[in-house]
Amino acid sequence: MYKYDALDHQIVNERVAQFRDQTRRYLAGELNDDEFRPLRLQNGLYIQRHAPMLRIAIPYGTLSSKQLRKLADIAQSFDKGYGHFSTRQNLQLNWPKLEDVPDILAELATVEMHAIQTSGNCIRNITTDQFAGVAPDEILDPRAMAEIMRQWSTFHPEFALLPRKFKIAVSGTQQDRALVQAHDIGLQFYFDDAGQMAIQVWVGGGLGRTPILGTVIREHLPWQHALTYCEAIIRVYNLHGRRDNAFKARIKILVKALGIDEFRRQVEEEWQHIKDGPNTIDEQELKRVGQYFDVMPYQQLPAHDASFDAAISSNPAFAAWVKRCVHAHKQPGYRAVTLSLKPHGKAPGDATSEQMRVVADLADAYSFAELRVSHEQNLILTDVKLSDLLPLWEKARAAGLATPNIGLLTDIICCPGGDFCSLANAKSIPIAEAIQRQFDNLDYLHDIGDIELNISGCMNACGHHHVGHIGILGVDKDGSEWYQVTIGGKQGNDASIGTVIGPSFSAEEMPGVVQRLIEVYLRERQDEERFIDTVRRIGVDPFKQHVYAKSAEQDTGVAHV
Amino acid sequence: MSNLIRNNAIVADEWTRVSPPTLGEEQVRKQAGKVVLFKLTGEESYSAEQIAQTDIPAQGKILLPLAVWLARRHEANNALEQRLEKGELGIIVATHESLEKLVESVGDINRLPIIAIFVERFADGRIFSLGNLLRTRYGYRNELRAIGDVLRDQLFFLKRCGFDSYLIRADRSAQEALSGLQDFQQPYQAAVDIPQPAWRRIPR
Ligand code: SF4
Repeated sequence: MYKYDALDHQIVNERVAQFRDQTRRYLAGELNDDEFRPLRLQNGLYIQRHAPMLRIAIPYGTLSSKQLRKLADIAQSFDKGYGHFSTRQNLQLNWPKLEDVPDILAELATVEMHAIQTSGNCIRNITTDQFAGVAPDEILDPRAMAEIMRQWSTFHPEFALLPRKFKIAVSGTQQDRALVQAHDIGLQFYFDDAGQMAIQVWVGGGLGRTPILGTVIREHLPWQHALTYCEAIIRVYNLHGRRDNAFKARIKILVKALGIDEFRRQVEEEWQHIKDGPNTIDEQELKRVGQYFDVMPYQQLPAHDASFDAAISSNPAFAAWVKRCVHAHKQPGYRAVTLSLKPHGKAPGDATSEQMRVVADLADAYSFAELRVSHEQNLILTDVKLSDLLPLWEKARAAGLATPNIGLLTDIICCPGGDFCSLANAKSIPIAEAIQRQFDNLDYLHDIGDIELNISGCMNACGHHHVGHIGILGVDKDGSEWYQVTIGGKQGNDASIGTVIGPSFSAEEMPGVVQRLIEVYLRERQDEERFIDTVRRIGVDPFKQHVYAKSAEQDTGVAHV
Repeated sequence: MSNLIRNNAIVADEWTRVSPPTLGEEQVRKQAGKVVLFKLTGEESYSAEQIAQTDIPAQGKILLPLAVWLARRHEANNALEQRLEKGELGIIVATHESLEKLVESVGDINRLPIIAIFVERFADGRIFSLGNLLRTRYGYRNELRAIGDVLRDQLFFLKRCGFDSYLIRADRSAQEALSGLQDFQQPYQAAVDIPQPAWRRIPR
């Protein structure tokens, strides 16, 4: 993974000093709340319900075991001994003290980490596929480009105060796993006909209050121009994006208002002025950064391993875990492993300091001391030998990290919601936990098969509910918490935004509602059809009918809202 | 005591800012239940009446709002034009206004000894793009000043976008703000002040 040089160290250290002084001035009354807000946000610091929340950047989701141990220590010394991995591949601490934040940042800086631009109206942490570098369907590894973009976007002076937050995702696979269509800018890398690395550029996607999938603004952009082209896009947005209404301030609204053709015309015109300018990336820089993402020193192994095969046939629990949590790898004899942060009945994405240390140990023992965070809020060991899977599983299981539910109904993506987040309309974690308890039968879960259930506590959509096969959104009606359900959303190349099935439900009703959606699927599915395929084939109506018919029967006349 | 920073020092301000009068009640605009804090790009800044009633001092160096300049530059035998020629007139552009109109009206942008960008709220990042465009697109070489809600924690970004003078908001100390210009020594990306990215500048 990328290693800081003297310049990188200097920049994060200067940032720590800068923020220490800003915090001091705030506490001394020299900065008012409005003035301090963007400063703290650009350091990932929110003022939450109970305490501040600090969001630590994990650039494109990659961590070393050393960094994870530091995060474990920080969570223990400055918080309550756990952290929350978010859908932006970052780590959130829910209970730090404002006065401690400069010290936390100083600790992070010692392991080449920071909280720069994890919030605020600026370019946020750049995200990518958690299997970058090892996925068999990968065309090229986008991490070096992601790192170049991270550096370029860090304290970009022109884009320090945009109309609204700005999210960029990069992907280099055939099957998009980075949600490029749901980002302000999505960069899809590929090799063009001349064998050169090129980028298909998407713009104007985003979830939130107005979910819109992005549009291709440019089919073919040579990689050298990634930064200048993004600058052209963001400059047009910075000058013309709406600042009069925060709900209409994302770039997607500008793209819709102008139409993609006019927006493209403006961007291309702008780009003509800066194309080939100094921020044009050259071979040398790509090579310098790329060397940190060279393939790991793999052993040459056969594609099969006898001890692994034997364990699979003799140990059904291990086999079930392998089926769900172990993923194909470019390199023969290796696998990627997902450690589930979704044990049933616990807050999705949470990990205790103890668990983080176990994962760090596992990474050291089995996976070149590195790991990844997925936007599905799990942790990934990317390079595990087949023969190591059994001992890895045993240790992970002992630490509660081996729930064999990856890709299943209980692998819920869930934002912190009303328990922590001051923007929330409703709680989300208790809903996830209740659904996990309702479906706490592994055989049944495996029978239901691949499905994605995503929960957000408000329309900011941090839980990506629009692209969940089942999406749950917390809504507020007259001060009480209700939940709106969508089905048919999907991430990936054929992404779609879910359809609302009807009036919202109370928290108590939610496990039953999911149960009834699943009943329709099990009744209607054909062959190997997944839930999403069935929804796409038969439409929303049969689901709607079953959910509301049942609910009317059981219901004793409480009006839904 | 002046609150003007220019070229890393606090200096006296030679320029008098001309402001159109406020006429009648200021309207509070709302969007989605919230008070609108930012004008839309392209929105009018002042009514014709305000512009007509703006009192322009007959002597000395003046900073004139773009709208007043555009509407009144041919008045009284091109009096304003002549003052521009004498180096006594600079223009204030608000963050929602268009640079094209300014450029068209002056011909050679470097006839202006000073351009001031007015930022009503510090969080309005359009000021950065405007600075950048003036320096890179329009080749402006003279004084570029940030005025309005100008605070220490934005100075570093302003400097990188081509500003070289900053009128710090009256209730804040320019002396303390000075250090904001030094927050970072070596930025990553190319911008106006340091036109090469780190990888072309220093061995990495
Ligand atoms: S979706 Fe809403 S409730 Fe959930 S974390 Fe985001 S802002 Fe908070």
